[in-house]
Amino acid sequence: MFAPFRPGSSWLHRARPATKLLALAAAGTGLFLIESPALMSALAALALALFPLSGLPLQAAAAQLRPVALLGALIVLVQAFVGGPETALLVGARLVALLLLAGLITLTTRTQDMINTLERALRPLARFGVNPARGALALSLAVRFIPITAQIVADVREAQRVRGLENNILALTVPTIIRALRLTDEVADAIEARGFDPEKGTS
Amino acid sequence: MFALENVSHDFGEGPVLTGITVRLAERRIGILGANGSGKSTFARLLNGLVVPREGTVSAFGRSTRSDGKAVRRDVGFVFQNPDSQIVMPTLEEDIAFGLKNLGLPPAEVTSRIEAELNRYDLAAHRSRPVHTLSGGQKQLAALIGVLAMRPRAIVLDEPTTLLDHRNRKRLLAVLAGLEQQVIMVTHDLEALAGFDRVLVFEEGRLFADAAPEDAIARYRALID
Repeated sequence: MFAPFRPGSSWLHRARPATKLLALAAAGTGLFLIESPALMSALAALALALFPLSGLPLQAAAAQLRPVALLGALIVLVQAFVGGPETALLVGARLVALLLLAGLITLTTRTQDMINTLERALRPLARFGVNPARGALALSLAVRFIPITAQIVADVREAQRVRGLENNILALTVPTIIRALRLTDEVADAIEARGFDPEKGTS
Repeated sequence: MFALENVSHDFGEGPVLTGITVRLAERRIGILGANGSGKSTFARLLNGLVVPREGTVSAFGRSTRSDGKAVRRDVGFVFQNPDSQIVMPTLEEDIAFGLKNLGLPPAEVTSRIEAELNRYDLAAHRSRPVHTLSGGQKQLAALIGVLAMRPRAIVLDEPTTLLDHRNRKRLLAVLAGLEQQVIMVTHDLEALAGFDRVLVFEEGRLFADAAPEDAIARYRALID
């Protein structure tokens, strides 16, 4: 789940969005070069410490990890079985560090600022046919519609449970896809109605 | 001010609208009709979201066929489901979306966001993720996103359908206070109180076009 922005005036809130996104990309890459479970655990702890240092409560850190806790536990379990406890610790700590760092950025950066940054970053690629405005809009729509898609899945699951079809994958996926596609049409109309011009963008 | 001349339209599965010629100049116009009567397509013709297969539609003197972008600046559109309309993750970002599309300078964007949020008492919710707002707040947010762009007319497609009684009353009060021309598709007959004119659609044709009392009586006779 994409963490919502929390207003604040900490050093991380004040940092430039481009700097934060570049730092996240560098840290994300760097974490995959580290092979020491102890060092990785220390970095995960550092990522956690950055929350209070940025004026964010530790509950916000927990909220970043909760949605993927089950999947993360499964990954760690498989790694423990395949590669041993040290590998499991390395992979688990890396996952925690990555999630916390990504959460720190989204919690301290307005989505619109991230989108504007992405749009600027994509501009040099325009000569290769990449449309920066469309790329930026796609990012905002993804952030906006993650919870709506989750709600569609929950609604369909509830409706199918009433019919005794809660374990039928097709009965869950087909109506979900149809409703999502219908929503897509309406959203496309709404974007057009509000004057979006992909040649100009919004920033 | 809208003018439709001999408008017919279909989506490839039989006619949706047939032979519509009408001028819309009144400040408050209601659109009624059963499901599938063509009223929502009619509403989408007014700001060029749908361009007719035959005939012409113009808004404030501009053709929706040749000047659709300019028409959409003049004619705001509010959808039935605000979740389809609100495209940005937070309220203030969503209002900014339409304003930036107009090419306004950042100071003007900020000033209009502040004005609209304060006017409709939503300033406290400015940074909240939109999906955490109530249904009534979302519908109001969708309307504000359009009003901030200061269109000359607003077309609404069943805006009260998903609202509870309190939020329905609030939305209608907001609409009643607008200076702009308002054209509202609805099944909510009471919402048309105080309107100047009501159009009734039936099977793609204009069945009635009269003052609200008369048009609503004919609509009731049609559906009962």
